[in-house]
Amino acid sequence: MNPQVIVAGGGNAALCAAITAREAGASVLMLEASPKAWRGGNSQHTRNCRCAHDAPEDVLTEAYPEAEYWEDLQRVTAGRTNEALARMTLRESMRLRPWMRKHGVVFQPSLGGTLHLSRTNAFFLGGGKALVNAYYRSAAALGIEVRYDTEAIDVEMSGGRFDAVVVRSQGKTERLPAKAFVAAAGGFESNLDWLRDAWGPRADNFVVRGTAFNKGVLLKAMLDRGIKSIGDPIQGHAVAVDGRSPKYDGGIVTRLDSVPLGIVVNQEAKRFYDEGEDFWPKRYAVWGRFVANQPGQVAYSIIDAKPAGRFMPPVFTGQKADTIEALAVKLGLDPAGLVRTVAEFNAAVRPGTFDHTRLDDCRTEGLTPPKTHWAQRIDTPPFVGYPLRPGITFTYLGLEVDSAAHVFDAEGRAIPNLFCAGEMMAGNVLGQGYLAGIGMTIGSVFGRIAGASAAQAAKGTA
Amino acid sequence: MTSVEALVASAATEAERLNAEGARIMQICNACRYCEGYCAVFPAMERRLEFDAASLAYLSNLCHHCGACFYACQYAPPHEFAVNVPRVFAQIRRQTYEDYAWPRAFAAAYRSNGTVVALSLAAGLALFLALAVAVGGGLTGARAGSFYAVFPHGLMVAIFGASFLFAIVAMAIGALRFRAVINRGQIPRSADKNDRDRSAIVAAMTLENLKGGGEGCYVRAGFDHPPERLRRTFHHFTVYGFLLCFASTTLATVYHYAFNTPAPYAFTHPVVLLGTLGGIGLVIGPAGLLWLKRRHDSVVLDESQAAMDSGFTWLLLATSVTGLALLALRDTSAMPLLLAIHLGVVLALFITLPYGKFVHGIYRYLALSHSQREKPGTAVASE
Repeated sequence: MNPQVIVAGGGNAALCAAITAREAGASVLMLEASPKAWRGGNSQHTRNCRCAHDAPEDVLTEAYPEAEYWEDLQRVTAGRTNEALARMTLRESMRLRPWMRKHGVVFQPSLGGTLHLSRTNAFFLGGGKALVNAYYRSAAALGIEVRYDTEAIDVEMSGGRFDAVVVRSQGKTERLPAKAFVAAAGGFESNLDWLRDAWGPRADNFVVRGTAFNKGVLLKAMLDRGIKSIGDPIQGHAVAVDGRSPKYDGGIVTRLDSVPLGIVVNQEAKRFYDEGEDFWPKRYAVWGRFVANQPGQVAYSIIDAKPAGRFMPPVFTGQKADTIEALAVKLGLDPAGLVRTVAEFNAAVRPGTFDHTRLDDCRTEGLTPPKTHWAQRIDTPPFVGYPLRPGITFTYLGLEVDSAAHVFDAEGRAIPNLFCAGEMMAGNVLGQGYLAGIGMTIGSVFGRIAGASAAQAAKGTA
Repeated sequence: MTSVEALVASAATEAERLNAEGARIMQICNACRYCEGYCAVFPAMERRLEFDAASLAYLSNLCHHCGACFYACQYAPPHEFAVNVPRVFAQIRRQTYEDYAWPRAFAAAYRSNGTVVALSLAAGLALFLALAVAVGGGLTGARAGSFYAVFPHGLMVAIFGASFLFAIVAMAIGALRFRAVINRGQIPRSADKNDRDRSAIVAAMTLENLKGGGEGCYVRAGFDHPPERLRRTFHHFTVYGFLLCFASTTLATVYHYAFNTPAPYAFTHPVVLLGTLGGIGLVIGPAGLLWLKRRHDSVVLDESQAAMDSGFTWLLLATSVTGLALLALRDTSAMPLLLAIHLGVVLALFITLPYGKFVHGIYRYLALSHSQREKPGTAVASE
């Protein structure tokens, strides 16, 4: 028997949609492109969701009113957001956690080293993979069928309605009809060809921080069918990560927090941006772009012995040397050039009281670009260097939706039984920039909305 | 990590290989920290930047092997980082049991084939005792529950006292060795007792670190089974059963010497009540743990430890079953034979205590106590 609702995807948004649709009485089939061991898409690498709240609530401290959340979002997106959808998402974020708990998600206070998020972000015990496991157990208990290794590659439409989804599984194509469909299959960040189309040859040096399965095949097919798009293909969440990261699925550990405590040079051993502009958690997302714009898309964070223990321990051991020349050799940089850059930097450092916990008064003078905080002379061996590369987390180009998660056809009409959630529509809220934990909030809110809408459409009451 | 990987490849001995692998995994975990809420291991890890043999001995013995961190791990196989904390910690723990045991050679022999060694030792001792009884006055014939007519009290005290004393000395030496190693840790210890939010004893007796942060303990293979509380429950039956049996024996000693009232005691006597309750616990607990072990997901297990684990658990089960049988049939002609078997099993249990799974309780308690004393708030963080 055909399922009433088919959900393409296997991450947080897909699971929220499938569970919600099933609980509304629809029979549900989920299509996860990955094998079971890799299920969950980028959700396996997440760790929290950003939730508004008016008073301290369970794991969240103080208050994070919707108005403040909205201001934060406006700031990071520079206004590139759909206000109605964004405000609805932020409002709904207040109601998420009881639902998540009911379906097996356990929360914990913010992790060590993330105290700055204790007010705004609810952390999942064990991280996103534990959340994904809990949702899959919930889904199984509800009788939701899940097909792994099954990729949705196209949708069939007629008379302005969705008819069937075309899937590819073990080399075979198959047509699966359903009464309603939710597209929640992620962005295109693991599709290297598409990244190259958007970014040019620079993309070859990007690391994909998340799943290898977000190829954007369904997104592309839907766009080709004239379904209305939103967002810019070069916008997305990209951070500076350790250059030695695996090509895919490096996740959280590949971030490098040494940047504000030293200097960063490019392949030519030259500095190119103020490393001490702001706290690293607020800056690391933009550094992905800075590094992407350097020759070879590579940069090197260089510190001396002083900052040891003042930043999150990196997953890869840095290159160590007792002189700047020797470090340059190990990093493959021009020794004379690096010595000159460090000497110029050291000469420009003004006396100050170093305090890595606040925006201190240690800065350079007469240096371009300047370092405006935490500037200390690099003079105490051993010197340590870490390579940096752009790491792409997810892309924002997606499908435009309305508040019921409908997508639109080429004429701008909402398709009554075709819905979208998660990364595939995050661009409605995030035109650019990022707020830690908002991806999971968008996925959860729109996943639930899409699931409810799909169940309603399937039962013919839409 | 490239240097750590090189270390893994070049490690000469099994112990070095395990420690190199443990350090490799901890370096990944310390950069991730998603599992911080599961148990005491991860906060202790966050207080460190480097993972030498001493740190790994400490952290691995702090691990209660609930499995939660493995199933939650974004870096577990098939990920190329191949992170599997429960398994590498089980392997390192087994190595510490062996390294700190006294004398070491006994531990190595026991590790290689624990179940067989334990059970054949029990059988051998029971046979020897049965023969002694047979030679001394016959294996059959009711003696109205008079154990000391079969084995003179003085002889029992001498044999069991000596073997128990040996076990205590051997385990104390192991514990001192282990404590000396973990005290070499890099973390400043708190002088203020108020820093300990809960005592190590409470943590040990409630097994709060086996709760998987409240979710429960992962026992069954795969990701589809919800975490459960059964393992903790069976372990409680085992520990409290063991303690009740111990209390019963201690009380019996008091009655014997202080009140001059030797065994046997009536079924309603406190000594027998404690022993019966403890015995029942020691049937349910070990039987449950052995049953769970069969279902346990092999991916998080240290296969080479299975024999050692099971040897101890089987001996506990044999102790309680033979003890309860002896109690039930003490007035029948089967008593002398049952007594010989029970004493043989208990003797084997005592002798193998320092070399088997029992020592996990000692090392884990010392690790818990150490973690309570480490200064909180020394975690290395980005801000």
